[in-house]
Amino acid sequence: MKSYREKRQWRTEYYYNWVAFVTIFVKEVRRFMRIWPQTLLPSAISMVLYFLIFGAVIGSRIGTMSGFNYMTYVLPGLVMMSVITNSFANVASSFFSNKFQRSIEELLISPVPDWIILAGYVLGGVARGVITGAIVMTLGLFFVDIQLYDLTVTILALVMTASLFSLGGFINGVYAKKFDDVSIIPTFVLTPLTYLGGVFYSIEILPAFWQKASMLNPILYQVNTFRYGLLGEAGGIDTGFAFAVMLLAIVALGVFSLHLLKSGRGLRS
Amino acid sequence: MTQALSIKNLKKIYDGGFTALKGIDLNVSSGDFFALLGPNGAGKSTTIGIISSLVRKTSGSVSVFEHDIDHDLVKAKRSLGVVPQEFNFNLFEKVEDILYTQAGYYGLSTRQARPRIDYYLKQLGLWDKRHSQSRMLSGGMKRRLMIARALVHEPELLILDEPTAGVDIELRRSLWEFIKEINDQGTTIILTTHYLEEAEQLCRNIAIIDQGDIVENTSMKELLSLLQKESFVLDLSKPMEALPTFSGYQVRQLDPMSLEVEVDKNRGVNDLFRQLSEYQIEVASMRNKSNRLEELFVNMTNGGLANSEERASGQEAAV
Repeated sequence: MKSYREKRQWRTEYYYNWVAFVTIFVKEVRRFMRIWPQTLLPSAISMVLYFLIFGAVIGSRIGTMSGFNYMTYVLPGLVMMSVITNSFANVASSFFSNKFQRSIEELLISPVPDWIILAGYVLGGVARGVITGAIVMTLGLFFVDIQLYDLTVTILALVMTASLFSLGGFINGVYAKKFDDVSIIPTFVLTPLTYLGGVFYSIEILPAFWQKASMLNPILYQVNTFRYGLLGEAGGIDTGFAFAVMLLAIVALGVFSLHLLKSGRGLRS
Repeated sequence: MTQALSIKNLKKIYDGGFTALKGIDLNVSSGDFFALLGPNGAGKSTTIGIISSLVRKTSGSVSVFEHDIDHDLVKAKRSLGVVPQEFNFNLFEKVEDILYTQAGYYGLSTRQARPRIDYYLKQLGLWDKRHSQSRMLSGGMKRRLMIARALVHEPELLILDEPTAGVDIELRRSLWEFIKEINDQGTTIILTTHYLEEAEQLCRNIAIIDQGDIVENTSMKELLSLLQKESFVLDLSKPMEALPTFSGYQVRQLDPMSLEVEVDKNRGVNDLFRQLSEYQIEVASMRNKSNRLEELFVNMTNGGLANSEERASGQEAAV
């Protein structure tokens, strides 16, 4: 049993850690709000273009997808696309920028535990992902009418996806040695996987081989789970399995990120 | 007395095989104003890096206010404030935000931190710039911002790594006053600097590090007492054509209006002035050729002498 002094100590450390966590989170939010034309606006503009092209210009010619008009079908995928790219980019660029300017030393010298540093950055990424997702969703609602199917699944899919890619962004930020390194993963990995991950089509329309190949794409599970939450259409995937995979991936990337912080890779000599 | 810093047999070998620290021992008492001097690449920054956990040690132990960094790192970090040599704050953040963020890292809420932050902003002349982006500050202001940042959580031990580098003389002196005040209030200070005059004026104790070893660790007073000879420059009132012979002093004519004289500590300058009067040489002014500490420092770090005791005894024998 802990003595009173130990309890008080624990409470104090708990309080210190809470303040530190809020500080990192607020710093991260302040950063992406300060440069909103670079962080929030691009998603809004590109998504309006998608809505105009797929909704007004060619959407009507495509017809329906899994029983929904094409614009309605695409909307959840477009929301997830902005969540994935923004949550990843936020943490990767912010962390690398702090490394580049050496302001990360402020944190490394301070008594903030590694898990609080990680949690603060990841929540910052989640905040940007969720805010851009909300912007895209709001814009989308001008073009389509959606009856929400399952709020819990929608929110869980949104937050878990944002968390997963924020962790990915963190790892990228730790490994990055120059600014180019921060854009390699989004350009060469995330964008192709997102475009081929069921954002614009249901994998059920693909030949059997490509259907199976698509099942190896992790982004397919996130997009389809989110689409299931919004529309009730899971596109041939098991949402329970998708959540389990996401959770496992979050735990795995979280543990790896903590290992990187503890080992001081790229941070301590 | 409580040890503010205790370093035992600290070694650092970098991945490339370079040995930056060869097993140093160093103790700094609580309340001290301590100078850690050494030429570039001697191991000062590595030592500071290890204390502040930015550099991983190869072996040895480090304790800050008796909190071992291997077993009690959080408490050691809470006791420590560091002003690094290079600017390491976010250039796009406002001055005030940088300080509040730093306070937050140490568990101080905005409400708790406000009085301290306002105080240091005013004390360090940054109050009017508190809403400016830090990149808009002058070099001197950036240095002061780093000092304010290191003090926000009121550390017991403050390490200043070249705090006045690139700062004009007027500002440097006002920073000295401020740092002295902080020390008078009980904060232990470790200073590294290339301005040896700064170390001589401010610090009570000193360690000199060279090629990864501590070559001297003593009080400033004792160290300066080892200086057996001082060089002075005499500015003359009238030009002098030929240099007369001085008994007991080595005198060199620099130009028609100035002389350089090497004065043995035991001999003093009275006899010199008597001889100058005899030769009817009028001296307008007199100054040290170089800072006293600088002379010792150069000798110790050039490898000319293994340690100061040998140096002192050697000179005594020669006298």
